[in-house]
Amino acid sequence: MISFDDYKDQEPAWCPGCGNFGIRNAFIDAMTGMGMEPHQLVIVSGIGQAAKFPHYVKCNAFNGLHGRALPVATGIRLANHRMHVIVMTGDGDCYGEGGNHFVHAMRRNVNVKLFVHDNQIYGLTKGQASPTSMEGMVTKAQPFGVMSEQFNPLAMAIALDCGFVARGFAGDRAHLAGLFVRAMEHEGFALVDILQPCVTFNKVNTYEWYRERVWKMDGEHDEGDRMEAFKMSLLWGERIPIGVIFRKRRPTYEERNPVISRAPLVEQAFDRSKLAAALAEFY
Amino acid sequence: MRTILEGSLAVAEAVRLCRPNLVCAYPITPQTHIVEELSRMVADGRLDAGYVLAESEFGAASIVLGGSAVGGRSYTATSSQGLLLMVEVIFNIAGLRLPVVMTCANRAVSAPINIWNDQQDAVSIRDSGWIQLFVEDNQEAVDTHIQAFRIAEELMIPVMVCMDGYVLTHTWEPVDMPEQEEVDRFLPPYDPAYKLDPDDPFTMGEMVGPDAYMETRYHVHMDMMEARAVIRRVCEEYRGVFGRGGTGLIDAYGVDDAEVVLVSMGSLLGTMRAAVDELREEEGLNVGLVKVRCFRPFPKDAIHDAIKDFQTVGVIEKDISLGLEGTLCSEMRAAFCGEDSPEISSFIMGLGGRDITVEEIKQVARDLAQNPACRVEFRGLREDLLNGDEG
Ligand SMILES: Cc1ncc(C[n+]2csc(CCOP(=O)(O)OP(=O)(O)O)c2C)c(N)n1
Ligand SMILES: [Mg+2]
Repeated sequence: MISFDDYKDQEPAWCPGCGNFGIRNAFIDAMTGMGMEPHQLVIVSGIGQAAKFPHYVKCNAFNGLHGRALPVATGIRLANHRMHVIVMTGDGDCYGEGGNHFVHAMRRNVNVKLFVHDNQIYGLTKGQASPTSMEGMVTKAQPFGVMSEQFNPLAMAIALDCGFVARGFAGDRAHLAGLFVRAMEHEGFALVDILQPCVTFNKVNTYEWYRERVWKMDGEHDEGDRMEAFKMSLLWGERIPIGVIFRKRRPTYEERNPVISRAPLVEQAFDRSKLAAALAEFY
Repeated sequence: MRTILEGSLAVAEAVRLCRPNLVCAYPITPQTHIVEELSRMVADGRLDAGYVLAESEFGAASIVLGGSAVGGRSYTATSSQGLLLMVEVIFNIAGLRLPVVMTCANRAVSAPINIWNDQQDAVSIRDSGWIQLFVEDNQEAVDTHIQAFRIAEELMIPVMVCMDGYVLTHTWEPVDMPEQEEVDRFLPPYDPAYKLDPDDPFTMGEMVGPDAYMETRYHVHMDMMEARAVIRRVCEEYRGVFGRGGTGLIDAYGVDDAEVVLVSMGSLLGTMRAAVDELREEEGLNVGLVKVRCFRPFPKDAIHDAIKDFQTVGVIEKDISLGLEGTLCSEMRAAFCGEDSPEISSFIMGLGGRDITVEEIKQVARDLAQNPACRVEFRGLREDLLNGDEG
């Protein structure tokens, strides 16, 4: 039996009360609940407080460059799609610096699970606005308040026909663990955007602020209806829906790519004589 | 006016005095304080400039490129990974001859990730066509930024002012801040010879084929060669107005009677001055210093002349061209192409923020006095991590 302690690694250096603790607990609950063992997983991250996650959970870990977790995760899946590949990263990392990869990973539908710790701020660099910071939020680097429209990752994902789109809340461990399990069970790219209070640098979107607004929408709409899902994704105000917003089974990249659909690259024999034969054509 | 400021705040103040039209950046440690301070100035109405925090360094560099292309005085700042992410645009800005000014708060590069100071970031992009000036202290940072706009706009070549992360950016020091009127007198409003202008349309960034590409590179190169004289002259003019202001291309300290000459760039020179003074007083070892302020264009002749009469030279640097030696050291050797050269040794120290002590510098000098033979050495390595027992 795999237990919570099997997943424990270094003591996190996050601030006391950080929403990341709730995400870590829910994640380990989900993995142990599914009987998943640490060696079966690889967690890939970029740079940020969220991106320190793989240091604090025992598993295969890759901590790379700011914004570049998704392409690395894609590469891992292409070489070995027997690995469960999870990207754990922040709103700035994934929607800002690495925003283009977010778009193209969903288009490609590579079977990677993307769990975004969305604290609506750059935590690691001490409190500048991120793409999901709300309009008007004043920071040290946005003295007039944020003047850009708030980025809506869920609406974007649905627009790109991403097969699994959900939102969770770091303050609801059991519900979030349930979303992680469903994301893992989905065949294809899955996005879970997680509302994560940052107790130090985001004084607007606090635990209380989220608690007053989050609303479990499960069962309130047809997850398979793209238009309904899109409408749901636009709700952000008095009520902020959490749960699975959209689901659709699309063929994954791994299934469609003829070279790897038979077996992962790492399991395929490398036959030099075939290469020689191919090269011979040019002589 | 003499005041005490954090290095980052002093740089922000110097940039403000230069009246930039556009400031744009993306946060990265240890550069962030500079841009946060500039944003505060915009908010307070102390700086009348367009300001935006971009979604990435690639975006930030491209935004200042755009601002400069239409004739705006444009400024950005970054560090390490941010500088590397900008690289494609950095080459573009230089090739397009746009006089952008940038601060690079020098920091080590990944992997492994490390947020502390060395100079690998800026040194790695020496071939991009930017003028690169390294400063020793916060006063020099202030003075060099003001000169940077003059140099850039006169030559239509972008200038990067390199200052050691934390050691300078996060250190509070006394600085003499120039008055606005003095800066206005020294730095006239930017009046570009060419810019994107709907009333006088032209195209920037067109494809140039094998028929003419080489000539564009030749021009940039020749102007970079000329830049040395301009950097020197601007420095002298600045000195005329402000009574201080950096040392042109290089600076020498105590070289007249030196047995050993040590060379470096940036804030380490301060520590080296202390080491040299102690060696002279306490051990009777006469050591001189050469500070390389201008790294690009490389001040080949000035360096040649400064060290040609010595036997033993040690270059201490916080960067390495992996598989060869310190980059500055290679270039100093190249200054003696085809001639008798001093023995020029490379000492790699202080990578990733490892402290460099006065004692370590003294030991380099003592060792060179004993054995002048040209060599490449790492100094300050931890033995416990080398033999594979740990980590
Ligand atoms: C190329 C590059 N630019 C900038 C940085 C500095 N940096 C590190 S993390 C980060 C933002 C992190 O924000 P987010 O992804 O929301 O993570 P959080 O800390 O909030 O969890 C920035 C700007 C970097 N490491 N690399
Ligand atoms: Mg964040």
